[in-house]
Amino acid sequence: MTMTVLQSVLTIAVVSLGTILTRFLPFLLFPESKEPPRFIEYLGKVLPYAMTGLLVVYSLKDVSPMTGSHGIPELIAMAAIVALHAWKRNMLLSIAGGTILYMALVQMVFV
Amino acid sequence: MHSPSQSGVVGKAFRTALPLTLPIAAGFLFLGCSYGLLMHAKGFAFLYPVCMAYFIFAGSMEFVTVNLLLSAFNPLAAFMLALMVNARHLFYGLSMLGKYKNMGWKKPYLIFAMCDESFAINSSAHIPDDVDRGWFMLFVNLLNRWYWIGGTALGWLVGGLLPFSTKGIEFVLTALFLVIFLDQWMGERRHLPAMVGVLASLACLIVLGPDRFMVPSLVLMLVLFIVLRPYLDDPRPKGDGSAGDAVKDTEDMEATS
Repeated sequence: MTMTVLQSVLTIAVVSLGTILTRFLPFLLFPESKEPPRFIEYLGKVLPYAMTGLLVVYSLKDVSPMTGSHGIPELIAMAAIVALHAWKRNMLLSIAGGTILYMALVQMVFV
Repeated sequence: MHSPSQSGVVGKAFRTALPLTLPIAAGFLFLGCSYGLLMHAKGFAFLYPVCMAYFIFAGSMEFVTVNLLLSAFNPLAAFMLALMVNARHLFYGLSMLGKYKNMGWKKPYLIFAMCDESFAINSSAHIPDDVDRGWFMLFVNLLNRWYWIGGTALGWLVGGLLPFSTKGIEFVLTALFLVIFLDQWMGERRHLPAMVGVLASLACLIVLGPDRFMVPSLVLMLVLFIVLRPYLDDPRPKGDGSAGDAVKDTEDMEATS
């Protein structure tokens, strides 16, 4: 470690503060007592769908299609999840099935 | 004062929330463990990862902070980096303005503990009418938060000693997001907002790479939603109470009466 204890505590504190700020800012800008602008209401309706899409991409950001297993285990497992979910529409079943399949693929097939 | 049914309300909310958080328990125990293990390997004392998990509580930012702590002291840069890595939280907040309304004392905690996974569940879950929404969302946040802190502590203490291979278990979070995405997709006639999210972030990821795509994705998404607003926004003239949008408009009716 190159930092003193005080410096590392300060670093953790400002990172916490920055993170807390990103979480609280919308609620500080648009408090309950005031009706939010129509545009913000509109964003509140479309953003949840878009952000879930972003999270899917975000959780796959380190998969590289050019090297390693070329993202094939991810593709297979995701296809299985889509099929399972279209069939049974059971959240836990789809998640567990897809994850176990993925673990089997990376541990036994694409080693 | 507690009404006789108060504990029943709380218990019911807990039993509804718990199963939905189980995939996250698996993912967070593993990811938290690997984070605790990393901190141990880098020579940090037990309190460091646990305090970072407790106070920062944003997984990717905690991994970034490990590197910050090992380089030269620069609090301003650390602060700016935290704002940028976590900029997506701004959009979570905008999405939850309505859902967090009238949450009273629970609201600050619901905001403070809103990680990606808790947001994904709380913004999409169809909470049954007889389950208290505030307690439900509180338990989702509380459970996920403590899975993460517990996983971190466990990783520092015993990480690396697991008797079986957990390789690939981190995929559980991808699976969770994908399933929530599919649920939203199947439950909506309109797929454009979901497609904007996927295509904007995918385009930025391909062009800019995994370390720099987040903020540009959010900006691109915002621009697209501004451009597409005429197609996506429900026309709702002021003072016309007969519009079909009955879900969240009781406030409007109260305001006009």
